[in-house]
Amino acid sequence: MSALLELSDVSARYGQVQALHGVSLSVAEGEIVALLGANGAGKTTTLRAVSGTVRRTGEIVFAGKRLRGAPEAVARAGVAHVPEGRGIFAELTVWENLRMGAYLRRGRPDFSAVLAYFPWLESRRHQQAGTLSGGEQQMLALARAFLLRPKLLMLDEPSLGLAPLVTREVFRVVGDLNAKEGLAVLVVEQNAAIALQSAGRAYVLETGVVAVEGSSSELKANDAVRSAYLGP
Amino acid sequence: MQQFFQQLLSGLSDGAIFGSLALALVLIYKATEVINFAQGELAMFTTYISWALITHHGFSFWEAFFATLLIAFLFGVALQRVVIRPLEKASVLTVVMATIALLVILNGLAAWIWSPQLQFYPSPFPTSTWVVGGVHISKQDLGTFGVVIACVTVLWLFFRFTKLGLAMRAGAVNPGAARLLGVRTTWLLALGWGFAAVLGAVSGMMVAPSIFLTPNMMQAVLIYAFAAAVLGGLESPVGAVVGGLALGVLLDMLGTYVHPITPELRLPVALAILLIVLLVRPAGLFGRVVVRRV
Repeated sequence: MSALLELSDVSARYGQVQALHGVSLSVAEGEIVALLGANGAGKTTTLRAVSGTVRRTGEIVFAGKRLRGAPEAVARAGVAHVPEGRGIFAELTVWENLRMGAYLRRGRPDFSAVLAYFPWLESRRHQQAGTLSGGEQQMLALARAFLLRPKLLMLDEPSLGLAPLVTREVFRVVGDLNAKEGLAVLVVEQNAAIALQSAGRAYVLETGVVAVEGSSSELKANDAVRSAYLGP
Repeated sequence: MQQFFQQLLSGLSDGAIFGSLALALVLIYKATEVINFAQGELAMFTTYISWALITHHGFSFWEAFFATLLIAFLFGVALQRVVIRPLEKASVLTVVMATIALLVILNGLAAWIWSPQLQFYPSPFPTSTWVVGGVHISKQDLGTFGVVIACVTVLWLFFRFTKLGLAMRAGAVNPGAARLLGVRTTWLLALGWGFAAVLGAVSGMMVAPSIFLTPNMMQAVLIYAFAAAVLGGLESPVGAVVGGLALGVLLDMLGTYVHPITPELRLPVALAILLIVLLVRPAGLFGRVVVRRV
């Protein structure tokens, strides 16, 4: 399996605070990888380092090419990053949000593929996105990211603020996109249990470095991971 | 009653000019939270360019009008790229200071190039009137109103129906998310400055026939535009236009029907309205109170 995304010794800082101390990890094509860890461990910063929204050192290779530069260039290369807080355009309508997802495509956007996964969006097309529920906003953010036609989808805490049932639904759709479209996924989660259910492999970050890595079943069996992130 | 309709039209015509300059302020404010104090001088400068085209280069008014819109657009884009963009990471206050510097530079430059003397500026509309049911309809007022509203409508159609317009709105709401979708937001900001400069040029070329051309011609108009933008809500493009029209009509009506209010009091009244809005309803008529999560 060739690596779609490969981070080698990536470090990043916010002013005086170093958030990543040389993170190395990889995501293969068609794979779901979870990034676990406590608050402040550097999970979000790792995603931001990939999408170019934070300055970093070290090397990031995506689809055989070194990633460098601004978020818009990374998006054009085929990485869709759904940031913390989902990043929807609250003042725009649902449809306008989707049109923004297809911004890089020429011609009239075709939403039929995306509506197959998110059929309810059709009836809400004129609704202001900010008035959707949290779960619906997360789904809209996913749909919009999918419209980029990315090779890699990066999700930052999709479960944040969602009811357990809604979280499960979000992960079901992510699993669907992965299985049917071959979309590789790198997902940051606090909710380790649900993340390990969908992901094939996972990395556990601690204070800006990879502390543990392995397949989901290995991590579920790992005592340290169990006690820290999964509960008894 | 006839006087009322005449004043209404005259107020709408003044108000359209305030509204287009107010809309220029709002376009930039909404995208960057910066008040562009140079907006009036930018309008003045481009109006001088149109005047030079007409009087020295043999352009007809409308040829000069459209050529000036193009020049204003390029000028606005260039200003953003050269002066404002390098200050991207600086505080809002720094950028505001830069726009004040631009104000002074453009004002001095206009006086230096074209002399500070008052110049006659031609109107594209005849001074005659149509009489409809005893009401004298000024062709000048109607034409001014029509031109400004047409320009604003074209801009509205652009923002509402084109992909680029949509991206500009999205970039104003959430620039970070827009970049993650592949939008080059810094170019959209430059485009915003271009459009703002075009609106300013429209207001300058429409107001110049009635107030003559001088390097200081737009300073009072800019204050009316501030009042209009605040009245409508600084975040609201619709508010800016409606605020401008409302202010224009209100000032004309007060001047006509409230006798102590002479032309000398027009500017103070506009500023009083600005203060009252800030005290009573800071978000303006169309604005929303923005609650930021900390």
